[in-house]
Amino acid sequence: MRAGILLFPGINRERDMVLAVRQSFGTEPRIVWHKETDLTGLDLVIIPGGFSFGDYLRCGAMAAQSPVMRAVRDHAERGGYVLGVCNGFQILTETGLLPGALLRNAGLRFLSMDTMLKVERNDTVFTAKYGKGEVFRAPMAHGDGNYTADEATLDRLEGEGLVAFRYHDENRNGSARAIAGVYSPNLRVLGLMPHPEDLVDPLMGGTDGKPLFDSLAAA
Amino acid sequence: MKAVVTVMLKAGVLDPQGKAIGHALNNLGFAQVGEVRAGKIIELELAETDPAAAKAAAEEMAKKLLANMVIESFKVEITA
Repeated sequence: MRAGILLFPGINRERDMVLAVRQSFGTEPRIVWHKETDLTGLDLVIIPGGFSFGDYLRCGAMAAQSPVMRAVRDHAERGGYVLGVCNGFQILTETGLLPGALLRNAGLRFLSMDTMLKVERNDTVFTAKYGKGEVFRAPMAHGDGNYTADEATLDRLEGEGLVAFRYHDENRNGSARAIAGVYSPNLRVLGLMPHPEDLVDPLMGGTDGKPLFDSLAAA
Repeated sequence: MKAVVTVMLKAGVLDPQGKAIGHALNNLGFAQVGEVRAGKIIELELAETDPAAAKAAAEEMAKKLLANMVIESFKVEITA
């Protein structure tokens, strides 16, 4: 599994993503600048968190128009894997690669704390090393993580098994149906708000997020 | 020509910012304030002379970038 990690101005979570990939994959990820358009050779494109383009207009709206995102769309259409975390999830919804949108947190506060996520299914390339229904800890740090979509879309996501993770302890940001992450219909694109890459080494205080990267490594 | 694009959250989409503004106004003694909705206004200078073409272009821009049609609606006014 060859991974590339996208870098936009204002992205600040790429270094932990590099650590997570290096540790689980045993290979060095390629850092891909937002003006690049050639993703040849990459199996997995990771869009890390941060504040791309200063969150101007809407979180992820500017990054969604970047040259590299056209290449990511092609990559996804070819069946390539894509993982978007936090701002990366927002960018994926803004490009239309994932349905719905992320609104301002219901309580208006920026939330920086641990949350508990429930694994909805473990038969995907992202979650094979978790148990079905397993609950794991993941730090979150966002101001706009309130997942929303129209009722028909939410019903479809649930009906087709495209909800990846739900907030298990408390739905602090007000997300519709406590949804923390969703898949594309082919289960190869995943976006989620909390940060599994922040817990991949005992030195970070835990390894709850490591199975996600180990799952990808084994795919 | 100048186009003014007003972007608002769709009716039914929770607007926590509007809610907070409403609470603050109530706290300031403006008891008559009920629901408040907050949005944004984007002014565009367009190299167009035909108002209809300017409006069509601004609407296209709103759909492609200025508004997220999943959660927002917009309206375009040509002012000059």
